[in-house]
Amino acid sequence: MNKGIAITGMGIISSIGNTVAENLNALLAESDGISRIKFLETRHKDAIMVGEIKKTNEELVQELGLNAINNFSRTAMIGSIAAKEALLDAGIEEIDEYRTGFISGTSVGGMDMTEQHYLDYHKKTTNRRYIEAQHAGFTTQSISAYLGIKGYVSTISTACSSAANAIMLGARLVKAGKIDRIIVGGTDALSKFTINGFGTLMILSDEQCTPFDNDRKGLNLGEASAYLVLESDEIVAKTNKKVYGHVRGWANANDAYHQTASSSDGEGAYLAMKQALEVADIAVDDIDYVNAHGTATINNDLSEGIAMTRIFGEDKVPTFSSTKAFTGHTLAAAGGVEAVYSILSLQENMIFPNLNFKTQMEEFNLVPQTSILSKKMHTVLSNSFGFGGNCSTLIFSK
Amino acid sequence: MNGCYINGIANISAQKTADPNSFLGDVIAHEELIFRSHEFNYKDYIKPSAMRRMSKSVKMGVATSKMALSAAELEMPDAIITGTGMGCRQDSEIFLEKILYNDEQFLTPTLFIQSTHNTVGGQIALGLGCKAYNVTYVQASVSFETSVIDAQLMLSESPDKNILVGGIDEIAKNSTLLHTLDGHIKSEKLPILDLLDSKTSGTVCSEGATFVVLGGEKTKNSVAKIVDVETKNSATPEEIKVEIQRFMRRNEITIDDIDAVVLGNNGNVEYNHYYKNVQDSLFSNTEQLCYKHLIGEYHTASAFGFYIASKVFQFGNVPSVLKVNDIRAKTYKNILLYNQYRAKNHSIALLQQC
Repeated sequence: MNKGIAITGMGIISSIGNTVAENLNALLAESDGISRIKFLETRHKDAIMVGEIKKTNEELVQELGLNAINNFSRTAMIGSIAAKEALLDAGIEEIDEYRTGFISGTSVGGMDMTEQHYLDYHKKTTNRRYIEAQHAGFTTQSISAYLGIKGYVSTISTACSSAANAIMLGARLVKAGKIDRIIVGGTDALSKFTINGFGTLMILSDEQCTPFDNDRKGLNLGEASAYLVLESDEIVAKTNKKVYGHVRGWANANDAYHQTASSSDGEGAYLAMKQALEVADIAVDDIDYVNAHGTATINNDLSEGIAMTRIFGEDKVPTFSSTKAFTGHTLAAAGGVEAVYSILSLQENMIFPNLNFKTQMEEFNLVPQTSILSKKMHTVLSNSFGFGGNCSTLIFSK
Repeated sequence: MNGCYINGIANISAQKTADPNSFLGDVIAHEELIFRSHEFNYKDYIKPSAMRRMSKSVKMGVATSKMALSAAELEMPDAIITGTGMGCRQDSEIFLEKILYNDEQFLTPTLFIQSTHNTVGGQIALGLGCKAYNVTYVQASVSFETSVIDAQLMLSESPDKNILVGGIDEIAKNSTLLHTLDGHIKSEKLPILDLLDSKTSGTVCSEGATFVVLGGEKTKNSVAKIVDVETKNSATPEEIKVEIQRFMRRNEITIDDIDAVVLGNNGNVEYNHYYKNVQDSLFSNTEQLCYKHLIGEYHTASAFGFYIASKVFQFGNVPSVLKVNDIRAKTYKNILLYNQYRAKNHSIALLQQC
């Protein structure tokens, strides 16, 4: 039987908590992290709601013990915090004891620093150490240096499905025996670049987002970082470690419909879910819960909903929710954040609610889970979709 | 063990490499520290209506991918994997400047839509109607190699697949120029053909695209076999030497089996010792080839090593402009590649004639 790849550690920082434990508490308390912007300087401050991590860059520098003169972007700092928690959680002290790799997803990387200093680089020499932060891979470089990972290090940038693709690749590398253990997930900090970018697409909500609601107004952007540690069965057996669950199925398909919009028949999403079930070698009935991408945009929720009715049958869609009303859409990190929530769901035998839902969409009869649900859990399916037609599905099991 | 064959390859660079029937026959001597790819008739591959909205990297990527698919006589790949250090930097840069200069007002979505790193991969998929696996790697100078590693892994999972893999990077006016401020790009001009003898720090910057079609089976179009690829995020020169030896052992090959080594020397005296250390020891009796004095440096420039190896196998000889020592191989069967950028993101690859 295909058992999947063992998950031995988790780390997360998001607008609902700075650790896995804090995130779990907020989920159980149905307490969201959506607010007005406090730290980021933008003229849209009062026009949108976001999921902001309530820590200043100075606080992050201190928490990580970095020099005052460092070249870590906010994206790299929150990434380092989550990755460090994941390593600790997996009980990894000696990085070089086994072949250890790192794959991080990010969309804008160090854009937060680039946009702060871009116009001053020519005039002032003080902040030129941040010039390299304009490369997304540099974010991963900073985190891997912080963790001391020197071998296989990679960055995936497929917009909002980046972390899901990182987890998928990590599982494949461990399965093939190419690496013994790997830290996988993603990180993205809020930036003016993304706020204005999504703003031009007119898909930012000025209120708390309402995934899968007929009257949804768009998404809340969020910032977060989340990583899993995946390890080979050999290490798990040898060290007798705790295993949270397994990455059991995965697939990546392309919608090939439009650079940013999802197709009306949800073809890419449908293919990703279908192929992930095949890789996991399980039936649709085996899925206890779907952690949907559910960004609360008109386009995504319709396309994803239709894809779910196609794969499961309209009357047989499993219990599902989008947790984006808690955290906002954390872009490249979303697949990592929702992987952590999926595993917590398996651990706790709890399904976390789709907050703010009121009215069923008129296109189909799908109603998300709107309050905490206690349920015996075995298998969770999690979706992540992104610009460029990227659709990825992961399946986690106990 | 399953193979990984290059069944089609194409390249656009600052040299006239788009012509599949020539191999650096007519070399362009560049003079600027930042130099563009050689102009090329994109209209042969892209409709003018579609081209109007395409940035340079999308144009280069779409055209090169079509050339590689045609060389492999393949219409629809089973996966599209792209690597890029910078992504669609031109569009990102203009969007960013509009945000900063206009205080976040008067913005339009097109630039943002085209700014994501996976735009090239997405546009190729859209153009082909390809609904298969599609991923983009952005790990600085191993962006192309990590893409190849994914493809290799996929061929070990399902050897019947044909995978389109590419590396693309473009120059963006201002963001590229910023690297003259942080020392990545040299501060004084030099004839680029003399780059490798430079005695100063920093390097040059250019742009280009390399696409390959990889398959698990050898076909009549196969130009090379990719035996193995490895990346290492950071290492000392001595560790790299040990790593190359370990890499050769793992592939059951000795230094005497290596007919030529292709190195990523870029004229930066601060980091040249990574290459010199192996040039003077391991490879002192091996034919050594370099190329960045021709096509410049950029994150996916190392894909040009794969292009060189494929062409050497195909043509059976090496253009003298690539040679940096006096050793000459009799035949070319095994070619080893090594590249790094500022002591980070090292890659080692072994290609074999097939």
